[in-house]
Amino acid sequence: MKDKLLITSSPQFHHSQSTASIMWTVSLCLLPAGIWGIYIFGMRALLVTLSAIIAAVGTEALLGLIKKENTVFDGSAFLTGLLIGYNMPPAVPLYIVIVASVIAIAVVKWTFGGLGANWMNPALAGRVFVFFSWTGGMTRWTLPHPGGPDVITGPTPLGSLKSGLMSMADTIHGPLDLLAAEGVPVSYMDLFLGKIPGSIGEVSALLLILGGLFLLIRKIANWEIVASYLGSFLLLVWVFGGFRYGQGAFSGDVLFHLLSGGLMLGVFFMATDMVTSPLTSKGMLIYGVGCGFMTFLLRFFGSVPEGVSLAIIFMNIFVPLINRAFQPEKFGLVKEEAAR
Amino acid sequence: MSRIKTFPKGGIHPTDYKEATCNKEVQNASLTSTAIVPLSQHIGAPCECLVKKGDLVEEEQIIGKSGGFVSANIHSPVPGEVIEIKQIFLPNGMAVEAVVIEVKGEFKRLGKESLLHDWRVMTNEEISSKIAEMGIVGQGGATFPTHVKLTLPKGKSCETFIINAVECEPYLTSDHRVMLEKGSEVLEGIQIMQRLLSPLNTIIGIESNKMDAVTLLQSLIAEKGLDIEVIPLEVKYPQGAEKNLIKALTGNEVPSGKLPLEVGVINANVGTCLSVYEALVLNKPVIERIVTVSGGAIKNPSNLKARVGTSFRSLIEDCGGFSEEPVKVIAGGPMMGFAVYDLDTPVTKGTSGILALTAREIKASRPTSCLSCGRCVSSCPMGLNPTKIFKFIDFNMSDQALEAGLMDCVECGSCSFMCPAHIPLVQGFRGGKKIVRKNSMKKAGQ
Repeated sequence: MKDKLLITSSPQFHHSQSTASIMWTVSLCLLPAGIWGIYIFGMRALLVTLSAIIAAVGTEALLGLIKKENTVFDGSAFLTGLLIGYNMPPAVPLYIVIVASVIAIAVVKWTFGGLGANWMNPALAGRVFVFFSWTGGMTRWTLPHPGGPDVITGPTPLGSLKSGLMSMADTIHGPLDLLAAEGVPVSYMDLFLGKIPGSIGEVSALLLILGGLFLLIRKIANWEIVASYLGSFLLLVWVFGGFRYGQGAFSGDVLFHLLSGGLMLGVFFMATDMVTSPLTSKGMLIYGVGCGFMTFLLRFFGSVPEGVSLAIIFMNIFVPLINRAFQPEKFGLVKEEAAR
Repeated sequence: MSRIKTFPKGGIHPTDYKEATCNKEVQNASLTSTAIVPLSQHIGAPCECLVKKGDLVEEEQIIGKSGGFVSANIHSPVPGEVIEIKQIFLPNGMAVEAVVIEVKGEFKRLGKESLLHDWRVMTNEEISSKIAEMGIVGQGGATFPTHVKLTLPKGKSCETFIINAVECEPYLTSDHRVMLEKGSEVLEGIQIMQRLLSPLNTIIGIESNKMDAVTLLQSLIAEKGLDIEVIPLEVKYPQGAEKNLIKALTGNEVPSGKLPLEVGVINANVGTCLSVYEALVLNKPVIERIVTVSGGAIKNPSNLKARVGTSFRSLIEDCGGFSEEPVKVIAGGPMMGFAVYDLDTPVTKGTSGILALTAREIKASRPTSCLSCGRCVSSCPMGLNPTKIFKFIDFNMSDQALEAGLMDCVECGSCSFMCPAHIPLVQGFRGGKKIVRKNSMKKAGQ
């Protein structure tokens, strides 16, 4: 009995969430959206997702041999792989997926010291790397075909929008009109449910929101980041989004931009990544606003239709600066200085 | 009812597990056959031993004489023979001398009517020296000698006298039971201290999970017409930390590195108030206290009135022993208490609880890398950045750690509790503080 008692410094008990439980909870919350993606894009989507996960976890395990520390079961490599899979078009060649996963784990995560030391979201960095390396393969989209055969390709709504804007007729009112004129009619409900071409895990706004809300309730995702990201982005869309259709201010199509592209996946699951987001409440708010602003700029003025990934990794770079600028306020210090 | 108050920044909500004992009346613990009485049961200089092996001692006889101003007398909790004077380890890791007394002879108070003394006819000096003589220390866990606290330095006055009845540590219910069962005595103890301090206001702060105690004390106060306010506080850890409690109740922040008196506040634990009453009215020194024995591995969790020197083992046996093998046995609460390795560890004046916890309750796991999740930052009641300070200590950069506020850490454990990577943050800060103190001593020595 005596030699079995554990002696540790206080606190003697602990909150129930651990690194591993957080990583696996996030993965679990992502699962419904991925299952939807596989349902509408076919088994090819499953193959892509599995390749990404296996490559990521395999890389983690191999590098763990060097460090003599097995970190596979903390779930972080699995999550990175899952996110990479979700960010891939269903028809992407598998070598691209594998390169993205290996880059994410080996370069972005491990060269900086492994979990917690990476200064950029590994999944996003991997994705962006392959996006600029194989833009063709990364933009070959599959049309949704519940249960049916795959390889019928077409652009994403945001992609169609981009090309449609070049040849814009005068009578267009907002993005849905434009898409209809381009011959790809999309309804808000299609966007919400995910009956649109897109990356495997990003199409179902509904399922991503449900997963995201669960993370917010469990306090794994920070409401500060979610609220400030969505708030600032949607505000900008509402105020300035109408201009490109020849309309005035305050007429942007907020709902369309909320539901399209990887916004939900980015907001709930990637911008809120603990490792690469700021420490304090204030810092998180600033970071979220930055993400929202950058997403707006990239979506509306960038040459790539999908701004979310770039916006988030761009803001990742500023996190150390934000952390330095927004320190917590020390107890009993303000007073002391005032008294002097 | 007044508005529920709290401190504004940080704090956490651990599950409190108080329901196991909060409705259980205090029982007398079985009398120990050998009492092991440590000669240092307080912060400050250890006591000078007044007995030697073979001596016969009476119950309540002084066996350890206060070793300086910041020190408190130690009395024999039982009548008997000194059979050994040996070194033992207290739960906090300190090695101290302890007097081992084998019970023999007659108990003074058992089964007898106590003689009541009137403190109202005494002078302040007499009251003060009585408190010192009776070896009263703060019973919240820090065990600061009470007579020192009640001696105001020249030029300082006490504006607000705060009675800390928060009991924010999970599991513990000893203060709660004291208030419910000894409400009048506690209030009289407060009146005695009010005499010494003559504060403008006196506030009892109680967490709102003990509303029965709040209403009871409020009605007793109204009945006796006392000038004491009872304020319920939000259930949030560490509501009972001195500086946070002062912030919650008065709105004032004790400046970094200063004592509460800087903002005109004196704090006392509610258990201490009972000891003051017993010292002045019953002429009884601190030889026993109420201990919560609880935790998932205890068969029948209870509140026990135990004599100092009783072993943890004996109290656990009084509660029916273990229902399953515990992983940790703790002296005090789970947030700031100490893990013990030896069940022969004796109860001291500062033992508020004995907890036997199971693996399920502890939720321990191997430390992983820091995720920069910011939970430590948002939970810190002192507005510090624990992860940053920890990294400084880890890299042996104690100057930078100092600048980042290391010494402001109150070691409440909120950051470590929340950390999903299970990094031993508080442990690091304790080590860091030691290094800083050592360095400054070195500098002073040069």
